[in-house]
Amino acid sequence: MLELKNISKAYVEGCQVLSNLTYTLKAGEYIAIMGESGVGKSTLLNLIAGLDVPDSGEVLIDGNQISKLDDDSVTMLRRKLLGFIFQAFHVLPHLTLGQNIALPLLLNNMPVDRAEKMLAEVGLHGRKDDFSHELSGGELQRVAIARALVHRPKLVLADEPTGNLDPDTAHDILQLIRSEIKINGSSGILVTHSHAAAATADAVLVLTKQGLQPIEQVSKSI
Amino acid sequence: MKMASLSCWLLLSEWRARFVQVVVAIMAIALGVALGFSIYLINTAAFNEFSAASKSLSGQSDLQIYNKQGLFDELLYPKLAQYEGVSQANPVLEFTAVVPDRLESSSDHKLRILGIDMFRAATISPDLLGVPAEDSVLDGLSDDAIFLSPAAMEWLQVKQGDMLQLNVGLQTLSLRVTGGLTRARAGQRVAVMDIGAAQWHFHYLGLLSRIELKLDSGIHHGAFKAKLEQELGAQFFVTEAADQEARVANMSRAYRVNLNMLALVALFTGAFLVFSTQALSVIRRRNQFALLRVLGFKRQQLLQQIIVEGVVLGSVGSLTGIALGYGIAALAINFFGGDLGSGFFPGIQPNLHLSPGAAMVYFVVGVGVTLLGNIFPAREAVRAKPAAALKSGSQDSALNRLSTPWPAVICLCAGILMTQLPPVFELPVFGYLAIVFLLIGGIALMPRFATWFFSFWLDVVNRFISSGKLNVTALMVFARLANAPNQASIALGGVLASFSLMVAMAIMVLSFRVSVNNWLEHVLPADLYVRAADSGKQGGFQPSELKSLAELSEFSRIDFFRVQHLVLDPDRPEITVIARPIDKKDPGNTLPLTGETIGLDQLPEGKRPIWVSEAMVDLYGYTVGKQIMMPVGDAMHAFIVVGVWQDYGRQFGAVQMQLSDYQGLSADLSINTAALWLQEQTSMTDAHVALQQLPFGDVLEITQSQSIRDKSLEIFDRSFAITYLLEVVAVIIGLLGVAASFSAQMLARVNEFGMLRHIGVTRRQILRILAAEGSFLTTLGVMLGFVLGWGISLILIFIVNPQSFHWTMQLNMPWIWLIVLAGIMLVSASITALIAGRGAVSGGAIRAVREDW
Repeated sequence: MLELKNISKAYVEGCQVLSNLTYTLKAGEYIAIMGESGVGKSTLLNLIAGLDVPDSGEVLIDGNQISKLDDDSVTMLRRKLLGFIFQAFHVLPHLTLGQNIALPLLLNNMPVDRAEKMLAEVGLHGRKDDFSHELSGGELQRVAIARALVHRPKLVLADEPTGNLDPDTAHDILQLIRSEIKINGSSGILVTHSHAAAATADAVLVLTKQGLQPIEQVSKSI
Repeated sequence: MKMASLSCWLLLSEWRARFVQVVVAIMAIALGVALGFSIYLINTAAFNEFSAASKSLSGQSDLQIYNKQGLFDELLYPKLAQYEGVSQANPVLEFTAVVPDRLESSSDHKLRILGIDMFRAATISPDLLGVPAEDSVLDGLSDDAIFLSPAAMEWLQVKQGDMLQLNVGLQTLSLRVTGGLTRARAGQRVAVMDIGAAQWHFHYLGLLSRIELKLDSGIHHGAFKAKLEQELGAQFFVTEAADQEARVANMSRAYRVNLNMLALVALFTGAFLVFSTQALSVIRRRNQFALLRVLGFKRQQLLQQIIVEGVVLGSVGSLTGIALGYGIAALAINFFGGDLGSGFFPGIQPNLHLSPGAAMVYFVVGVGVTLLGNIFPAREAVRAKPAAALKSGSQDSALNRLSTPWPAVICLCAGILMTQLPPVFELPVFGYLAIVFLLIGGIALMPRFATWFFSFWLDVVNRFISSGKLNVTALMVFARLANAPNQASIALGGVLASFSLMVAMAIMVLSFRVSVNNWLEHVLPADLYVRAADSGKQGGFQPSELKSLAELSEFSRIDFFRVQHLVLDPDRPEITVIARPIDKKDPGNTLPLTGETIGLDQLPEGKRPIWVSEAMVDLYGYTVGKQIMMPVGDAMHAFIVVGVWQDYGRQFGAVQMQLSDYQGLSADLSINTAALWLQEQTSMTDAHVALQQLPFGDVLEITQSQSIRDKSLEIFDRSFAITYLLEVVAVIIGLLGVAASFSAQMLARVNEFGMLRHIGVTRRQILRILAAEGSFLTTLGVMLGFVLGWGISLILIFIVNPQSFHWTMQLNMPWIWLIVLAGIMLVSASITALIAGRGAVSGGAIRAVREDW
């Protein structure tokens, strides 16, 4: 599903964030990536999403080498194959919840009926005409999850999705992300600092200067 | 001190973050202040110079005696010279003479001449004494001597010793330029000659224009003036210097006030721009302010912070505006003169004087207006509850107070009520206030209108989207416009304010122009008009010359006009009295009558009719049916007002009467002007040749009516040039407002665009969304601006103009021009939105989503 081949990225000279990173994510696999601040977790997500370009190496999604595509083509690929969940929800305040969730469907010319079903799936049945200012943080993140999965993307990228939530709500949200990814048959990458959050994934990897390594391996080397 | 530092940090960081918007707001304030200040400087300089020039002609006299009909018998002079309490009396004859070499200019071919007694004037008006050549000191008393001011010499292109040709009636006279004047104001065109010689050469024998009096010391001027007025009778009036100043002020007051009002409108648009800049800035910083409150910033401190921002913005803008205003005034006076081409202050060359007091007033007005635009956003920021403000998506609700319709409805009702109120001190104060209230009310209703309008379209879009016929762009556009109407309305307000003003001015100017054109057609029915220079108190044509004219076979009809000037009220400029043949069966065939009339057959036996201009009704209360007394010839006579006619040529009033009535009462058979209708087979060239072959043909002023019409419209367009300029500035400020509010919104929406980029919306799609938002907003702004502008134009046409200039006009809609304006507005606002949007989508998509909102 996702292949990272010898990815390197530096922001300023002498400040190498990623170096020769190689990894393959299989279809249906849901992994968590942990790591120290500044190690390049969010950079990695941006490179996968085609929002940033690696200095060297290749990112392949479903066999498409995205660094060779122009901006419009990458956008189309992102629109169709990816779903995003952000730490800061980013639910548009002037759209209803139903409309927010329907955005990816409209962008992909898909029927919008699924938006309502998705809203019910994330526990917000009957609230499609509400606006974001009427919701709590946990509810907003549920809307964001529904929006990320409504168009059945092949890969869901979640960047600290529970960073703004209390532990109980965070637990519910993480379970929801996992179950929705699994129901959809998507793959998923969860970037987090929380061990508890990471534990909800199939596998936990740690991003270090040596690349992505299973957490057991990191523990041993420590 | 620490709070001051914090305040400074916050201010500078905000200005750094939105540099463009701040610069735009400063420019808007600066432009508004610059326009107001430059117009004030130009008007003041021109008015002061005009007033000083008028005063310099009456010298250091305490009182001046005038006759309401202009000229009077010089026998009054010895009586006044011996009057008790008078220390010195100075007789003056003042008139204008036609300069034949300058006849090509229809409006600028007359030289003002003062006939004075050199010995008497030496003490009262020493500046007017001529300065002859050193070797011929007594030249001033020579009967062919004339002294010219430097400006007059330059205009006439003559020097000491040259001969100067002047027309008197149907003859040409040669006078010798003997020298200059002791002192004349820059640009003042005036000639001085011995009073006896002037009376003789120009046929004013035994006549004077005024007598200037110097009173004994200790005499109470007011009491002396009242006593003298009583003794002289109703035909005379006595004035002091202050009265003259009031008269000069009255002449141009409406013009000056109207220009100042237009400048204030530009400043008002600037204030609106400050409001939109500050309101959007406060919305954008809502979370920051909430954070500051959480950290311990008091409400008062927050209010202070936003007010300080406004004061600094206003101060920088106002100071820039004052400097800019001075520069504009200097350039305008240099290139267009003190009256900006309108002809209100002829024959002067004003000097610009920077008055610190006036500069301070405009500075305070600029800062005050900025603070006015700052009040609502500041109050909103202070009222916001930190917990709610920290929550995302609360930005639009921050402006919920804007959607309350009641203040807007109250403003609109107040505006409508004010249209019904009378003028104050002959100025349309309530008319202008009505315009301001309508504008504020209209703009304040925008959030409501935006919600109704865009919600309707959102419903339509939702229906189409459900059936899969529309894409996401339409949803994004209409959802944003319908559900965030307050922010949309701020951008819309800029479009609305500037477009409504453009519409109002365009409708008013076209209505005025069409009315003037129709009026010219009505009042200039003949093919040719022929004038002769006055000959003393008489018109230029005497009966023998009239006979020669009437005998010309080239013309099918000739009407004769006798035009004179008359002072009815010493505080007001003189009115014009026109005696001419008026169709007795239907006076409407001769005059552009308006309103009710009295048929001549309904007049009581022996009563004489007059037709008055609209200004006479407003200024003197000469309503239809009223009997009035007016001096004609040497006595007062009774007339009945039988009709009111439109007159765009004389805003201070005019009266028309039958020529036969005038000649019967005054025994004056001379005339000034002849209107000639060509025979069918006669060409214009043949008519000219026939007139020029008359014995007095060389000195005739022959004008084709078409040429008068063209020149009148040219003067009209020149007079309105300044209003076009002010209009353009208001539009530029309005567009700057659109640019500022769009770019501020782009900053506030950068994370929205970031998220959209993440979920697969292309840059082009975002730009399309922004362009569509800009276009739809502008469309609504243009639609509502048209309605509001039409309402304002009605106030300008039916209230401001009649109350300022005492004339009415018919409404005419410049549809093509309005469509072009709407198109320009639509395209420029969409482009502005696009340019502002390009910055928001150019990078930052990754960074944007990291920030909370």
